Amino acid sequence: MNLNATLVAQLVVFFILAWVTMKFVWPPIVKALDERAKKIADGLAAADKAKSDLAHAEKKVVEELRKARESATDVRASAEKQAAVFLDEARAEAARIIAQAREAAEAEAGVAAQRAKEALRDQVAHLAVAGAEKILRKEINAQAHADLLANLKQELQ
Amino acid sequence: MSTGTEAHGPTAGEYIVHHLTHLNSTGHAQTAIIDWSVWNLDTLFFSIGLGIVTLLILTKAASKATSGVPGRFQAAIEILVEMVADQAKGIVHSAESRKFVAPVALTVFFWIFLMNSMDFLPVDLLPKIWALISGNEHAYLRVVPTADLNGTLGMSIGVLLICLYYNIKIKGFGGWIHELFTAPFGSHPLLYPINFLMQMIEFLAKTVSHGMRLFGNMYAGELVFMLIALMGGTATVFGFLGHIVAGSIWAVFHILIVALQAFIFMMLTLVYIGQAHESH
Repeated sequence: MNLNATLVAQLVVFFILAWVTMKFVWPPIVKALDERAKKIADGLAAADKAKSDLAHAEKKVVEELRKARESATDVRASAEKQAAVFLDEARAEAARIIAQAREAAEAEAGVAAQRAKEALRDQVAHLAVAGAEKILRKEINAQAHADLLANLKQELQ
Repeated sequence: MSTGTEAHGPTAGEYIVHHLTHLNSTGHAQTAIIDWSVWNLDTLFFSIGLGIVTLLILTKAASKATSGVPGRFQAAIEILVEMVADQAKGIVHSAESRKFVAPVALTVFFWIFLMNSMDFLPVDLLPKIWALISGNEHAYLRVVPTADLNGTLGMSIGVLLICLYYNIKIKGFGGWIHELFTAPFGSHPLLYPINFLMQMIEFLAKTVSHGMRLFGNMYAGELVFMLIALMGGTATVFGFLGHIVAGSIWAVFHILIVALQAFIFMMLTLVYIGQAHESH
């Protein structure tokens, strides 16, 4: 453990090593470390933001779903209402058509009945005349008794 | 000592002394306690070599540093850098100073860690290889630069110079001189010499203890490895088993010491420089 010039040499080496480290080693490593720290911080912030965005989007989705459901309900209700209206209209129309048809049928039936009555009346008149002929056993001038027959026909009406 | 091992092989004492003698520029053991004309070639070679390894590893990590996903190597260096940066931030409060101080701390930690780790190599491996290369069977070689007081004191004096630089830079030359005479006891003409004496003792104690602590730990660790190797060198069953058991235990324990001493040296470097920033 004797002292000699090695001490001075070691002293110089010490400073050279320290200087080189300061110049070429420390700055790039520390810079890389700082940059990485920043990157990680940014990444974490981005992840947080993405998370909050996701939560926001989910909330929005729920809201949209709710709206869609509501509007669907509305649409259905209004469709039902409209359908009811259509149904009522159709029903009224149908009723109207039926009534019309019935009226027409009744009118037709009335006319037919009238015609039948008239035909019947004619026949009855003839029958009456024939009956009367047979009863009277005497030729009757149809011409002379036309008035009488007309009266009879009138009475049968 | 250089011819201390004849046919009979070295005695225990000779073995230890041989292993504790530096390969220096004179070719024989240094006799004077302080001799500025002598260079410890082994310490210089291993400390500069490991310094270059340190820089190669660190610059490799620095050149590949990206803010993307790090590989294992990059992550390992980054853990180290982050540890040093955190410690520096807690101790040295000037961001401007940290631009130099934190890299110093990183260098110191990495470099000392590697130099201490030389202890893990078998104590006779590199000396034997060197003996073969140099052709001198009794060539000296010590492989742990931090077990050389020159190495550790060189670094601690470097730290002292940094401390003086920041003392002057932060407080101004006048402010620092003023502090030398008025702290720690207060500003009174009678106290000036006492204050100054205290300050000098403080600087001296810091620097010497800083270097001595690392040196002492590594020197003792090296010595224990040699003693364990001596046990195996007896070539008996007891010695062989003892070598394996004790060597394993001490090597495992030494992992802690190696890392811990490197960390302590780095922390003290930061603390001393941090103190230079604070006024009393």
